[in-house]
Amino acid sequence: MKRISALIIALILALTPLELSYAASDSEIEALRGTKLYVYNWGEYISDGQDGTIDVNAEFEKKYGIKVVYDTFDNNEVMYSKLKSGGVSYDVVIPSDYMIARMIKEGMLEKIDFDNIPNYKYIPEKYRNLNYDPDNEYSIPFTVSYVGLIYNTKMVDEAPTSWKALWDKKYANSILMFNNPRDAFAIAQSILGMDYNMESDVAWRTAAALLKEQKTVSPVYVNDEVFLKMESGEDALAPYYVGDYLTMHDNNEDLAFVYPKEGVNYFVDAACILSGAKNKLAAELYLNFLNEPEIALANAEYICYGSPNEAVYTNPEYSYYEDELLYPEEGAFQTQMFKNLSPETLALMSTLWDDVKNYIPSGNSYASIFFGGEENALGADAEKMTAETVKYAICIGVFLLLCAAFLIFRFIRKKYRENV
Amino acid sequence: MSKRASFASKAVASPYIVWAALFIIAPLLFVVYYSFTNASGDFTLVYIQTLPKYLPTFLRSIWFGIVATVICLIIAFPLAYIISQKSDKAQRTFVLLVMLPMWMSFLIRTYSWIALLQDTGIINSFLGKIGIHPVHMINTGGAVILGMVYNFLPYMILPIYSVMAKLDFSMVEACQDLGGNTFNVIKRCIIPMSLPGVVSGITMVFVPSVSTFYISQKLGGGSFDLIGDVIERQFQQSYNYNLGASLSLVLMVLIVISMAIMNHFSEGEGEMVI
Repeated sequence: MKRISALIIALILALTPLELSYAASDSEIEALRGTKLYVYNWGEYISDGQDGTIDVNAEFEKKYGIKVVYDTFDNNEVMYSKLKSGGVSYDVVIPSDYMIARMIKEGMLEKIDFDNIPNYKYIPEKYRNLNYDPDNEYSIPFTVSYVGLIYNTKMVDEAPTSWKALWDKKYANSILMFNNPRDAFAIAQSILGMDYNMESDVAWRTAAALLKEQKTVSPVYVNDEVFLKMESGEDALAPYYVGDYLTMHDNNEDLAFVYPKEGVNYFVDAACILSGAKNKLAAELYLNFLNEPEIALANAEYICYGSPNEAVYTNPEYSYYEDELLYPEEGAFQTQMFKNLSPETLALMSTLWDDVKNYIPSGNSYASIFFGGEENALGADAEKMTAETVKYAICIGVFLLLCAAFLIFRFIRKKYRENV
Repeated sequence: MSKRASFASKAVASPYIVWAALFIIAPLLFVVYYSFTNASGDFTLVYIQTLPKYLPTFLRSIWFGIVATVICLIIAFPLAYIISQKSDKAQRTFVLLVMLPMWMSFLIRTYSWIALLQDTGIINSFLGKIGIHPVHMINTGGAVILGMVYNFLPYMILPIYSVMAKLDFSMVEACQDLGGNTFNVIKRCIIPMSLPGVVSGITMVFVPSVSTFYISQKLGGGSFDLIGDVIERQFQQSYNYNLGASLSLVLMVLIVISMAIMNHFSEGEGEMVI
């Protein structure tokens, strides 16, 4: 009975231009040949056919005849700004959890028709209905991973177990730090035992004070340079994503990885369809294609992040099969997920981050609010900051005076010559 | 007749005027609009009022810009003169060599300086091999200025060279005939005549140096901001176009002032040359 009514509905719909929820037929898929699908994904986040691996986009084009136009971004905020400012239109985008929550809230994502995604069956219950998409209507998990601490065993004598290693003066000048506010704040919040998603001014300010304190060890704020710097043995410690650690470890055997005891960020990047997608059915085919066991396996091997696809992580031939870093036992260490923050908190976070970046610590105030010590460390630092400003102001002032003096000298000389 | 000619000249100029209006004037107006409004489009001075907080960053950027420009000038002036004195064929080769690095992406070239400058980098491991104590270079202000000089030097050499190449050498000879020694020839003849090139070179180096963001992030380690970094972050990360626009507005005003000062220099000299 159900099937017959579905058939009738499908027939009616086939005759009307309205698009409603029903599984796509072969002829509809056939009709998409020659169309284009615009995909916006993280950099280095899809198997691209290097060294005889599967080129996922090329395979998709071969199978469906749909041309994939593929662009990449470096972080969620850049992606969000670009989409929000308009002028671009993509069909498929793969943001992280908290960004998906924000995009859902702002109506930027389209509900996925799961009838067109039979491969959703490979996504087990534990990766479904996560907090960012509670009814799992908008997203299909693509990768799951953790942040942790990478260290160079040749430069660090004893294996660190805590995020506090990143504040350790012993390693001054060889500490790297996230160059994006959300991840950087999460580390400070872990140390302080805070929730990553607190909506309290005081909490964020306390975390910012801790990040400022870190500047006494001169951390270098990095994005992708972390690969170059850690692989070449330049720096001792860096917080980064476990998947990228595995890539780095392939190039430098001295590197090791630890999940700090204070807890780490657990994140899911998931594939979504943007609202207003011009080629929604093709987008769904693409999402389904990404979860084909062999395609998902190729991606998991290439990206080195954890895969939420059961067909991948239960496959004994997978290089990271039962890898204890990528697929740790549940509860082995504390994890927290990012959630979407209110616009006020986001604005506060950006301002505080600007402050952290521009902060110049006074040399002798390692003791901080958190690690105990001088109470008025911040006051001393404010003085130092003014001192630096005054230094530059004097330099510029002297330069301008010299210029002015030169001009005046020439003017006088000219007058003098005219008179003579 | 003259009316028709002016109409024709207008017609020829119109594509450029449309281009300028669309891509130069309109964006500038947008910057002004965003600086004085908030996210919902209402008039506000909040963002302008927060600017004093960024004073240290502004001063640091300007100082770095000045230093980089002066170093560029010191390197480029003699170099441009030497090139301009060579045979035509040699000149072409030299100019090509100056331009050659610009064929590669600015980003890649800056990135490769990390590998050169870092503590375990090429320069330091070479120093270590020949028994000199390695020098900490990366993630310092000096590295950022080096990056600026390296990237923007061609913009200083080319305008100075193009003026010097056209320099009438009989003037130099006249100067020598009048008993000028080398110092006087340079001071009274070559410098005044090449001044237009120097001025445009200074502008072309100073403006990008003050507003750069990539170089300071990669070579300075991101531990101190230049104003370009702050602006970039407002647009890319924080999605705060209004603050970004107010910072850009101030930066633009600063650049216009410095260019006005520069033009004053060249005007003064122009009179002297005449």
